Amino acid sequence: MFETLTLSALPPEDEAIRPALRALIQESIAELPIHRRARSWQGFDPSFSRKLGQAGYLGLSLPKEYDGVGRGPFTRFVVVEELLSAGAPVAGHWIADRQSGPLILQYGTEEQRRFYLPRISKGEALFCIGMSEPGSGSDLASVRSRAEQQADGSWLLNGQKIWTTNAMHSDYMIALVRTSGTSADRQQGLSQLIVDLKAPGITIRPIVDLTGDAHFAEVFFEDVRLAPDALIGAEGQGWKQVTAELAFERSGPERIYSSVVLIDAWVRHLEAVGRKDSATLRLVGSLMAQQAVLREMSLAVTARLVAGESPVVEASLMKDLGTSFEQAVPQLIGDDLAANPNEPVDPELYRTLIYVTHIAPSFSLRGGTREILRGIIARGLGLR
Amino acid sequence: MDMSELIDPFARLIEDICTPAAIREIEQGGDSSAMWNAFLESGFLDALVAEESGGAGLSLDAAAPLIALLGRHAVPLPVGDTMIARALLAAAGVEAPEGPIAIATGAGAVPFAAVASHILSGTAQSPALTAAKVEATGVPHDVDAYVGEPNGSALRPIAAVLRAQLISGAAGRVMEMTVAYANERVQFGKPIGKQQAVQQQLSVLAEQAVAARIAAAVGARSGLQPKLADAAIAKHGASLAAGQVAAIAHAVHGAIGVSEEYDLQLLTRRLHGWRLADGSESYWAGILGELRLAAAAVPTADFIRGA
Repeated sequence: MFETLTLSALPPEDEAIRPALRALIQESIAELPIHRRARSWQGFDPSFSRKLGQAGYLGLSLPKEYDGVGRGPFTRFVVVEELLSAGAPVAGHWIADRQSGPLILQYGTEEQRRFYLPRISKGEALFCIGMSEPGSGSDLASVRSRAEQQADGSWLLNGQKIWTTNAMHSDYMIALVRTSGTSADRQQGLSQLIVDLKAPGITIRPIVDLTGDAHFAEVFFEDVRLAPDALIGAEGQGWKQVTAELAFERSGPERIYSSVVLIDAWVRHLEAVGRKDSATLRLVGSLMAQQAVLREMSLAVTARLVAGESPVVEASLMKDLGTSFEQAVPQLIGDDLAANPNEPVDPELYRTLIYVTHIAPSFSLRGGTREILRGIIARGLGLR
Repeated sequence: MDMSELIDPFARLIEDICTPAAIREIEQGGDSSAMWNAFLESGFLDALVAEESGGAGLSLDAAAPLIALLGRHAVPLPVGDTMIARALLAAAGVEAPEGPIAIATGAGAVPFAAVASHILSGTAQSPALTAAKVEATGVPHDVDAYVGEPNGSALRPIAAVLRAQLISGAAGRVMEMTVAYANERVQFGKPIGKQQAVQQQLSVLAEQAVAARIAAAVGARSGLQPKLADAAIAKHGASLAAGQVAAIAHAVHGAIGVSEEYDLQLLTRRLHGWRLADGSESYWAGILGELRLAAAAVPTADFIRGA
């Protein structure tokens, strides 16, 4: 089972982009303190996103005819790895680059592709994903937001989304809504619509999280009128499209590197204080070994995307392992530092540790909870 | 070469000669020469020996699926150890004996030493071969044994990579057996595999089995003298998984799983033994931690990439 996941090497031409990209990142975020870098893919800086787009690091898997770079998931793997390792603020373009672009490429009409994809590649069209609702978290098929098609073909959207990452900074939302049938129809009758967030009738309220950040929001739709071409893909096929999209969302290196800025800061601390006892070495090595295996797994899943597959089960398996590791990191590093109470800890490292500790529960919530992922794996095992 | 041309015949050979009954017989002190001779005559023992020395000249990477099959079927003889020993001996110009060779890398119990004719120690460049003089562990039906003096701690990385590959094969089989059992065993009017609590456990088992396989593959990628970091990643990952895989498999199987007559124990006893052999997860974590702190300024993402 899962034999398709095998060690996969990055092509040399993709490895080759690291130096120039790294220089661009370092020059852009030189002043960013470590605890801000630890925000990882929740750090929002639209000018940095545009800079990446101008330099050709966005839209990597989009074809050149839509102003994409025409490379593929392996190239994106390298770019993502470099961005996350440095702790660059990537939230601006993250969702568009990771999943909205590929979704529009796969299911969009020619007009939709020509309209959205070039702007995504330039970092100029920022997207968010409207999935969760107050009554629909893990049970996504129960969404109640509803778009009714009017006689002239336009859509009238009513309802509410919540926990939408970066809705307040985004230009568009790709929303999963009901377009036919009733809640009893579950996965049937759902569609994906591209919602222009500047349209009248939309209210966006940021939600402050326990770290003091406001990275997600609630979004209200009140008689929002959308053009006929807001529909992406086929009416009623939203569930199938979302499932394919989630394989993109769940498979990337962002599911293994959320705590890597903290690890690096801690390793530099250990060197500074000269601590090399066996308990310390074992903890350092254990984290490195796990991080290394997770990277190979993430790369193996990426190779399935390159092969044109939609590795839904494999991506779930990797994400569950990856986020469990990411969550263990702040617990273990916190314990390590506090097990040496006479050792001075730089306040910047402390702020980073506490930020990651507090935000870590979200690692296994965003993009599908641990329990949902394990249910998907169980289905892949033939248990349900 | 199409690897299935090698893997399929090897799988058939093992299925023919390493039946659960044959494994139990050897574990209980029975004669292992027939099983061994079948492996010897098959030519697979020289899979890793260079072609100019009369072997198949496979890289460790290419031969890894063969080694995983040995783990998958709980082969009770040091076939993988002997493959590696023969390759090292041939490279050093030493003629290999016909019998099974175990690799001793520390003072603890040596896998398969009780059924080996020779013990390999020394280093990869100058391997040393001695006749096996072993001391039983006192553990019932154990094919592992103490070997006393010969100690090839320099062979620990390659032995760890081998052990990781065996763990990977066994873990995959344990996963399949456990999923199949969960689909068959009915309680509360339905297969226990329909219970969410059991499904969640089996998902973790699957994750660990895949992680063990990927970790083992990392070890096999740099050949018979593996990079220290690769060996550490491989054995740490496989050993970490071994304990969890065995625990979940037994939890799902219930009492039948710990009975002698049920075949699960043939695999899980090996998983525990191989987890401890040639350095446990903590041993290899310490090794990797030392390498990491020697390069503290390097970002983790670069370090694990070997950049």
